[in-house]
Amino acid sequence: MSTLVKNIIRFILFLLVQALVLDKVPPLHQFVKPYLYFLYILWLPFNTPRIGLMFISFAFGLCMDYLSGTPGLHAAPCVLIAYLRPFLLNVLMPQEKTELSYGEPGIASIGFAPYSVYVVLLTFIHHAYLVLIEWLQFGDFLFFIGKVAATTAVSLLMIFVTEVLFYRKSRFRTNAA
Amino acid sequence: MRNIILFIRRFFILVVFFVLQGICIAILVRYNKTYEAVFANSATEITGRVDNQYNKVEYFFHLKKTNKQLSEENARLRNMLATNYIGPEVSTLHHLDTTFRDTTGKVRIFSWLPAKVVNNSFSEENNYLTLYRGEKQGVEKDMAVTGPDGIVGKVVLVSSNYCRVMSLLNRNSKVSAMLKKELYTGAVEWDGADPRFVTLKNIPKSAKVVKGDTVLTSNLSGNYPPGLMIGTVELVQSEQASNFYTMKVKTATNFFNLQYAYLIQNETWKEQKALEAQVTPK
Repeated sequence: MSTLVKNIIRFILFLLVQALVLDKVPPLHQFVKPYLYFLYILWLPFNTPRIGLMFISFAFGLCMDYLSGTPGLHAAPCVLIAYLRPFLLNVLMPQEKTELSYGEPGIASIGFAPYSVYVVLLTFIHHAYLVLIEWLQFGDFLFFIGKVAATTAVSLLMIFVTEVLFYRKSRFRTNAA
Repeated sequence: MRNIILFIRRFFILVVFFVLQGICIAILVRYNKTYEAVFANSATEITGRVDNQYNKVEYFFHLKKTNKQLSEENARLRNMLATNYIGPEVSTLHHLDTTFRDTTGKVRIFSWLPAKVVNNSFSEENNYLTLYRGEKQGVEKDMAVTGPDGIVGKVVLVSSNYCRVMSLLNRNSKVSAMLKKELYTGAVEWDGADPRFVTLKNIPKSAKVVKGDTVLTSNLSGNYPPGLMIGTVELVQSEQASNFYTMKVKTATNFFNLQYAYLIQNETWKEQKALEAQVTPK
């Protein structure tokens, strides 16, 4: 399957899973809200141009917003993590040009520890910004801290489960292909 | 000039980033302030269709509960039927009439329109519902929405077949309420914490309130007909510093399994608004 088709399918799947499954989960606590959709942005291929990366994330975030009802709320953090992603990958990636031999970020392509740092940081930034926007409307500092911490923890758990369940074969890009 | 172009080329990505962020925030702020995002109309129409499909599946699993709710409501309404009562004389038998003006000279104020709930959220900070009724069926902005058990919210966006309802579970929602027992009026709000409870404020301490008291919509509630069920008092908190109680109210509506709702049109609402606008300071 070509990378383009694969990513289009992922785009739709992540949106539907978030909107139809995770958003329907009855709330356990006001802090706990499962988010998984932004994993799509973390999984985009290495060779996506940076401008393209941001526009894809913007479109993705906006679609998410219209499914959940507040336009702009999810799009802003999505664009932010799309902007920060290349910097982070530059720092975390091993010096030999792995981006040429692997398709997308994953445990296999950049190693377990760098990949965890990558996921944890971007998840945290995404939630901090998302909750910050929500928070600016109401203003309660404890709510801000608690919600960022709790949602990040839940998201990380779900990302871990996703990585284990849907093991991505890191295709070795050869010259023949 | 050349330097400016060089500068823009150099920081092009950063510029795009800020432009996109700006767009996001602009949409968000505009939407929250006026509830009228530019494309919200068409977007509601499309996502409404998706929600409708999803709801068809979900609806099936709730059939039993919905049935029970509807039949309970039927029973309650039947008990209120005029034919259940007979006055001291047979000639003064009451009649309910659906025409705008009936022959006894009564003017109709509220008309009701049933609607199917196709999308419902309760886990956000600001919750909204989508109903499968729109402009074509006569829905207007600011119409009140009530469920089989109690009030639900009010209409904030209308497209041709769907409307978006700001739920009671929304930080921006505010409904005037009264205690059934003593007719004190206060305001019902939501603090964003627990979808089962809302907060009733501004009830003076002279009111005698106990747990379990009924809270109804008041005659100051604007679009809501007075006397609709909101919920029952669960917890009364009295603070030393204020003369008012703050109460935790358990909502009568169960927002978790809401399937049908009624849109209520206040026929005299426009007239009332127009009159009130004349003395409101600008």
